[in-house]
Order: sequence, then C-alpha cells, then structure tokens
Amino acid sequence: MFEPIRLVPRGQPSPFWTYASPALAIVLTVIVSGVMFFAMGKSPGAAVYTFLVAPLVQAGGLSALAVKAAPLIMMGAGLALCYRASVWNIGCEGQFTLGAICAGGVALAWPDLPAPILYPAAMIAGVVGGAATAALSAWLRTSLNVNEILSSLMMTYVAQYLLIYLVTGPWRDPQGFGFPQTAMFSDSATTPILIPGSGVHLGCLFAPLAAIAVWALMSKSTLGFQLRVVGEAPRAARFAGFSEKRLIWVAMLVSGGLAGLAGMFEVTGPIGQLTPQISPGYGFTAVIVAFLGRLHPIGAIFAGLLLALSYLGGDAAQIDLGLPNAVTGIFQGVLLFLLLACDILILYRPRLARPSGANAGAAR
Amino acid sequence: MDRRTFNTLLGGGLIAAATPLSLRGAAAADPIKVGYVYLGPVGDFGWTYQHDVGRKEADAHFGAAQTSVYVENVPEGPDAEHVCSDLAAKGCKLIFTTSFGYMNYTLAAAKKFPAVKFEHATGYKRADNVSTYNIRFYEGRFVQGVIAGKLSKSGVAGYIGSVAVPEVVQGANAFMLGMRSINPQAKLKLILINSWYDPGKEGDAAKALIDQGCDIITQHTDSPTPLQVAESRGILAFGEATDMAKFAPKAQLTASVNVWGPYYIKRIQDVIDGTWKSGDVWGGFNAGMLKMAPFANMPDDLKALAQQTVDDISSGKNKVFVGPLVDQSGATKLAAGQTMDDGTLSGLQWLVQGIEGKLG
Repeated sequence: MFEPIRLVPRGQPSPFWTYASPALAIVLTVIVSGVMFFAMGKSPGAAVYTFLVAPLVQAGGLSALAVKAAPLIMMGAGLALCYRASVWNIGCEGQFTLGAICAGGVALAWPDLPAPILYPAAMIAGVVGGAATAALSAWLRTSLNVNEILSSLMMTYVAQYLLIYLVTGPWRDPQGFGFPQTAMFSDSATTPILIPGSGVHLGCLFAPLAAIAVWALMSKSTLGFQLRVVGEAPRAARFAGFSEKRLIWVAMLVSGGLAGLAGMFEVTGPIGQLTPQISPGYGFTAVIVAFLGRLHPIGAIFAGLLLALSYLGGDAAQIDLGLPNAVTGIFQGVLLFLLLACDILILYRPRLARPSGANAGAAR
Repeated sequence: MDRRTFNTLLGGGLIAAATPLSLRGAAAADPIKVGYVYLGPVGDFGWTYQHDVGRKEADAHFGAAQTSVYVENVPEGPDAEHVCSDLAAKGCKLIFTTSFGYMNYTLAAAKKFPAVKFEHATGYKRADNVSTYNIRFYEGRFVQGVIAGKLSKSGVAGYIGSVAVPEVVQGANAFMLGMRSINPQAKLKLILINSWYDPGKEGDAAKALIDQGCDIITQHTDSPTPLQVAESRGILAFGEATDMAKFAPKAQLTASVNVWGPYYIKRIQDVIDGTWKSGDVWGGFNAGMLKMAPFANMPDDLKALAQQTVDDISSGKNKVFVGPLVDQSGATKLAAGQTMDDGTLSGLQWLVQGIEGKLG
C-alpha cells in the first residue's frame, strides 16, 4: 500500500514539538470545529469567535473565566506532580468533596468566630480533608499494594454519599423547608472577593500561586528530583535508595491537599453553603488539565484557563447561536484527541514518501 | 397568593394574551427576549423536556413579538449565576430558571440586573424582580393512588423518590392517601435515590421495589427507566412529568403531565405590558398547570373514577390533604375535618401512616 506520509523515530524527544504540539492541536481544533459548525449551518468564523473569544471580551468574562479556572488549575497542578511520579490519583473529585465537607463543617460549627480565626481554620480543614482522603489511598497502596487508581476513584463515590447524607440529614438547614442544603456560611467563613462585584475570589489568586509552588517543589528541590526519577526511571530510583513509599505518600498528600483546598474555596466562595452538587466534575476535568498542561504545573495554568474557556464558550454558543450543549463536549473531545495525535510529533518525524517508493509498494 | 387570585390573574392574562397583537399598538417594538435555564438536556423526555414544550408554546403564541433562547445542562452551582448573568447581559428581559438548585444563583444574578425579571421554579426565596412558580404535583399523585388502590392485587405499591424535599413528601403522602381511600389496608414502599435523573439508580430502585412485592410503581424522578423496568417485569406504573406511554405502552396507566406553557405565556405578556409583579404561583389541575395523560391499561369504570377524581380535585371538592391525617408513628397531625394550609404543605416533612420508608 502506498503511504503518503511515513513516521520516522527521532531517537529522542523533540524539544520544539514538546511545546509546539499543543499549539498545533489548538489550531487544528479550531479548524475541525469550524468545519463542524459549518456542517451545522453556522458561520464557522462566527462560531469559533463565539466559542473562544466572545466569552473573554464580554463584560465580566475574564472574572468568570478566573472563577471557573481556579479549581481546575489548583487540582491540575497537584495532579501534574502526582502523575510525574507515576502515582495515578484519579480521585481528585472525592478529595475536593471531602475538603469541602471538612471546611463546611468548621464553618457551620463555629459561625460566630471572627474571620481571622475561622477562615484560616476552614482552609486548614479543607486541606486536611482532601489530604486525608488521598492518604487512605496512599496507605492502601504502600501497605497492601492496592491500586491507587481504583481506591481513589472509589473514594469519590464514598465522599459524594457522605455529602448527600450530611446535607439531607444532620447538617440540613433547619430553616430550609427540608431542601437538601446546609445553612449559608457566615460572613467570617466566606472567601473574600478580591475585585468588588466581579466574583473573583481569593482562590483565583491562590490557584496560580499553588501551581508555581508545585513547580518550585518539582524543579528546585531534592524531593522534586526524586519524584521525577521515580516516575521516569523507577529502577534507577531504587538503586539510588529513594524510598518509593515515601514518594507515593508525598504525591498523594500534595495532590489531595490541593484538591481539598480547591473544594474549600468553591463552597466558601461561589457556592456559600454545602449542597448535594458542589462540583460539575471539576476533579475529573482536572485530569484532562494535567495532561493538557504536559504534566507541568505551569502548563496546568494555561490548560485550566483553556478548558474553563471551553465551558464558558459552550454556554455562549447556546445563548448566541442556539447550538446544543453537546457541542461543548465534542469541542473538548476534539481538542484532546488532536492533542494526543499531535504528540506523536514529539517522538516521530513525519516524512513525505518519494514517488519512487511506488515500486516498493508492489514488492510488498 | 391563593389559588383563586392566581386563577383570576391567569384568566385575565390569557384573555389579554389572546387579544391580537395588532390591537395593542406596541407591536412594532423590538421583540422581547426571554431566556430559559435548564437542568437536563432538552431530550431528557421528562422535566426539562416538558419545560421546553412550554417554551415552544410561548414561541408559537407570540410569533415575531418574542424570541427565546435556552441553555441546557446547567449545573446547580455557580455556573447557574454565570448563565443567568450572561442571558441578562445579552438582552433577556425575563429569565426562567427551572430547577430548585438555581435558587441562590438566580437571586444573585437578579441583584446584579434589577431591570430584568426572573422566575424561579420550585423555590421559596423571592425578591422584587424574582418570582417563584410551581405545580401542585401532589394532585396527580392522589389520582395515581386511587388507580393503584383499585388495581393493586398485593395492596403494596412502590414509590421511587428523588430527595426528601417537601414536593416529594407531598407526592408520596398524596399517593398513599389516594390509595387508602380505596383500600384502607394498602401500603406504599418508598425509596429515595438522592438524584433527580439517574437512569441506573432509578432502574435498580424499580427492581428492588418489584422484588419486595410491589405490583404497581410510581416515580418522582425524571427518566423513563422505571417504567421500562415495569414493562419488562409485567407490572403497572405511572409516567412522570410527561406522557411516557411510548416507552411502556403496556405498563403506563397514566402520567402526571406538567403544563408550563400557559404560565410562561402569561408572564411574558406581563413583561410586555409592564404589569409583571413578583409573586408566588402554585397551580394544579384547576389552573391548567397539571393534567393526566390518557388513562390506559385499566377497565372503563376505573377510567371514569380516575377522571371523576381529577374533576373533584379541580373543583376543590377534594382538597387531598384533609384530616384526620396520621403520621407513621401513629400521631395525629391534622384533626378530622381540617384542611392543611399551603404554608404547612410547602414545608411538609413527615410521612402518613401506611408508607414504609423514611426521609433521609
């Protein structure tokens, strides 16, 4: 068979394509989705504009983006560290939920404490809640060799049921007519708004700071070096005497703690109470963010912003163009598919086949 | 607002709405833009689907005088506020938010856009530019209970509930009261699945109830799955929110069908006329906000009885929650001859005798 393009191994990863491949993927996504919009009877240019640009230029667009991206960035950065060490924490959603529950518990238990005490206490509770949930998976892995993918994922359901139990049972708002929700948190347990009237809260500032902190930990510390070695060359790590168990604990606690903190910000900030629905799947989207950001904490900032934009664009496309919500899912799917497809350029060089190669086809 | 006031308002609105647009002078003005925020996809064939039917009725009614836009699959979280604000910023003058979980976010968006009117379905918090509206779903449940009382051989029916909100508690209680009005020994097994739309859990709950001896089931969740389970197990069931007969032609006895269109038309007209006021509307059969799907898979005399029950509730002869009402522990909650007032009803948190199961 005649192959117009052949892939030739590069031998070592191309530094150029490591960064160019996501850019190419985004360009191709714009083209492919443009064709899709055209097939749906919309002007491709206008549709792409509505999806990717309009949410940013409209009033309040940037703050909506920051609010939506904050939890994604915080969790994506933690997961980048985790996955670099080949520790597969898939349970961010559950750690997010437990962090929110613990922070909410503190907020509901002592609503009258002054903010300088209550708010930091809620933050610590959020981190502890998320880290403790991840710790369970770390312990199962290190002492009983239970796969952390399964245990962390299953903890997500446990966390969700615990949340439902609490908001429909003991923590239900007595003034809430029996609806499944807690009372609104007091002012001292509410995340401060940084820009009045915009909704941009303290978490939006913490998210990039957390990503930078994770980056510093990974690239500037011995611990970070050990984490990377254990992920890329586990045998070398063993020869060097790095404790794999200790590194699993670190990876799970950092990613779990960040997820818990993200949950804390979400319920004390934009939501303001505990309800059965505190996350539209942020913990799972964060897995995509981590990979889209090349498992690099700084990359997670850009990836978090891009995915947040695709959600906002999805809403805008429904309002402005009457496109169904499924378009958002298709857009994200196309983006991920093309990203993975473009990644092949990092390790392989595409080569156009010469016309003289036609004979070779016959010989086969 | 009591029902009579509402009917007057609705009646007046419908008459006004029926007046040809050309007679009203202002017809040449820009079309009013109306936004709808939906919890599920419009293709859920339940709750959201029925709201979208209402939207389309309003579209057809107003023609060029109105345009509508909807956003589906909006999570009950901060996204809802963003979507509401977005709709308002893009020129919607009236926005319907169609799920309870949008309550605080609707109010937050309403604060930012005081000139835009908001209508929140099934909630209880209002503001100068936020109304609430809901349907007396329990009226349909009583009719279902009467049918179940006649048709159940085991005398045990099953109720798949979502979450223990008053709406669901009212529904289960009304079903039991209807069933016991026919068969005083009847029982109702209640399962809450903590979700409004989860075909997997809904199906499991249906199977569990059937295995426990229920020969008729009803659901307060949005997917047709329980009906399909009933169909495949050869028992009878009721549809929810919309006529689901096509999913279970042999199992569906009837369905409580939510009718939002007339309300949407009236409220849009109010905004056009400048007469919109914040209020709380809770309408049932009488207001035309609830109807029963065609009675099927039952003898003709039962069809007549079911219709009679609908008529009695509609005329106010049957007020459904009438004493004596006794709770699960045997305590009398409402004395004989008394009728439960709407305030008590809308915070209902106890189950009547005969129901097996508990809230939360």
